[in-house]
Amino acid sequence: MNLQEMIKPTVRNMPPSGIRKYFDLLNEMKDAISLGVGEPDFVTPWAIREAGIYSLEKGHTHYSSNPGFIELRRQISRYVARKYNVEYDPKTEIVVTVGASEAIDIALRALAGPGDEVIIPEPSFVAYKGCTMFTGATPVVIELKEEDEFRLKPEQLEKALTERTRVVILPFPNNPTGAVMRAEDQRKIVDVLKDRDVIIISDEIYAELTYSGKHISFASYPEIRDKTILINGFSKAFAMTGWRIGYACGHHVLIEAMNKIHQYAIMCSPTTAQYAASEALNSCEDEVQAMVREYNRRRRVMVKGFRDAGLSCFEPMGAFYVFPSIKSTGMTSDEFCEKLLMEEKVLTVPGTAFGACGEGYIRATYANSYENIAEAMRRINRFVSRHRK
Amino acid sequence: MSSKMEEILEILEKNARASVEEIALMLDMSVEEVQAAIRKLEEDKVIVGYNTLINWDNSNKETVTALIELRVTPQRGQGFDKIAERIYRYPQVKACYLMSGSFDLTVIIEGKNMKEVALFVAEKLAPLEGVVSTSTHFVLKKYKNDGVIFEENGKDDREALRL
Repeated sequence: MNLQEMIKPTVRNMPPSGIRKYFDLLNEMKDAISLGVGEPDFVTPWAIREAGIYSLEKGHTHYSSNPGFIELRRQISRYVARKYNVEYDPKTEIVVTVGASEAIDIALRALAGPGDEVIIPEPSFVAYKGCTMFTGATPVVIELKEEDEFRLKPEQLEKALTERTRVVILPFPNNPTGAVMRAEDQRKIVDVLKDRDVIIISDEIYAELTYSGKHISFASYPEIRDKTILINGFSKAFAMTGWRIGYACGHHVLIEAMNKIHQYAIMCSPTTAQYAASEALNSCEDEVQAMVREYNRRRRVMVKGFRDAGLSCFEPMGAFYVFPSIKSTGMTSDEFCEKLLMEEKVLTVPGTAFGACGEGYIRATYANSYENIAEAMRRINRFVSRHRK
Repeated sequence: MSSKMEEILEILEKNARASVEEIALMLDMSVEEVQAAIRKLEEDKVIVGYNTLINWDNSNKETVTALIELRVTPQRGQGFDKIAERIYRYPQVKACYLMSGSFDLTVIIEGKNMKEVALFVAEKLAPLEGVVSTSTHFVLKKYKNDGVIFEENGKDDREALRL
C-alpha cells in the first residue's frame, strides 16, 4: 500500500510551508535576533496565570459544557458588547474555542464545501486558505495593495463575489501587514455584502492592538450582524498564546452549527484556560492597555528603523507587525530574508509566506525588546546599504 | 498631565537611561519637545532622581537592610513632619514613610552589618525626642524591588518563527 495515496488529495496536495528552511538555518546559529515571532513577548499577566493555577489546585480538571462555561460566555458577551458594541446571547450565540484558529476552522467547515468559493484577502494569515482547501472549497484571493494601505476596497470585493461565494473572510487588523480598516471603507464593504447570501468571517483577534483610535467591529453593523461570525480570542491582547483559547460569536444558527463540529472534534476548550480567560476579562484591562502603549512605542521605533534603512514602509496601525517593501533592493522576499539571516543573523518572514502578492515585502514583528529591535534595525540598515542597487 | 507626559514617565520609570532621542522616537515627538517635557517634570519635582536599582546581594559588598517601625508623638503645629525630617536627614535612612495604622513611621535603614544598624537605631533614632518606641525588622532576602524581580529568568522561549 502506498501510504501517500491514502492521504486525501486536498491534504496531500497542500504545499509544505516555505519557511521550513529558516528553522533549519536558525538551528545552526547563535545569537540571532528573531523578528519572525508571531506572538507577544510579554508573559501572561500574573493574575491570569494565578487563576489558572488556582483552578488546578481546586481540582477543576473536568470537561466544561461543549461551548464553554456559561459564566465565561456571559463575560465574553459583556466584553464584546462593551468593546465592540454588538450583543450576543451567551446561551446560544457564543462558542469558546481552542484559540481563534479553531474558530476559523470550524466556521469554514460548517459553511464551505466542494463547489463553494471562499473570498480571502491576502496577504493574510495562512490558515484561512489552508482550512478552506481542507473543506474542498475554492479559495478566491483578493490581492491587497500597498497603495491602498493594504485595506480591502469595496470594488475589489464586488469583483470577487460570484454566485458561488459562500464565505468572505475579513482579516483586520491584519497579520502580516498591520493594516486596519477605516470606517468609511467598512461602511462601503457592509453595503456590498448586506444583501448577498454570503457569510462573513471577521477575524478580529488583533482588535485590541490598534493604534489609531478605536477598533470598529464588522459585526457592529446591524445590517450584517446576523450573517457575520465574529472571531476573537485571548492570545494577542492578553498574551495568552500558549493557553489556546478563543471564541466565536454569531447568530445562533451559525454558532449551533459550529458547535456541532466543535463537540465532536474538540469536546470543549481546556478548562484551565477557560478559568484563566475568565480572570483575564475580570481584572486585566489596565495591563492590556499598558502592553498596547508599549507595542505602539516599539512600532514607531521599527517603522522609523526601516525607513532610515531606505526601505519604503507603510505605517501599520494594528497588530504587532511591520511590512516594509524590499523591492528597491532588487531581491525577492525570500532572497532578502535568507541573506539577512545568513549575513546579519536577523530573522524576518518573506511576504510570500502570506500569499503570492506578498512578494516584494517582508514581515517583521515588534513584539520584542527595545534592545533587540534597536540592534536588529542597526543590522538591517547595514545590510540594506551593502546591497543597495 | 498629558498622556505623552505620562508615557515619558512610564518609559523613564522602567529605564532611567532612555535617551531623549529614543523617547522622541517612541512617542512620535521631537527631541526638543521631549527635552522640554522632562525639564518641566524635573522642575515640578515629578521626576526627583535617576537611580540605579542594585541588587547588593550579588555584589561583593556586605549590606543589610532593616525596616524600622516607629511610634512617635506628633508635635503641635507640625504634625509628624518635623520628627520625620530629623530622621530622614541621616544618610543611613534610605526611605521614610508616614503610615496609617498601629505605628507612625516606616524607616528603611541600610548599613554594613546588623550591629551597625542596631546601633544606629539605639543611638540615633530611639533617643530622639518624640520617639515612643521602635521595632526593628531585618530584611533576609529581597525578591522584588521597585517593580523589578531580582531573579527573573528573562529568557525568550518563543518559537522563533510563527506565521
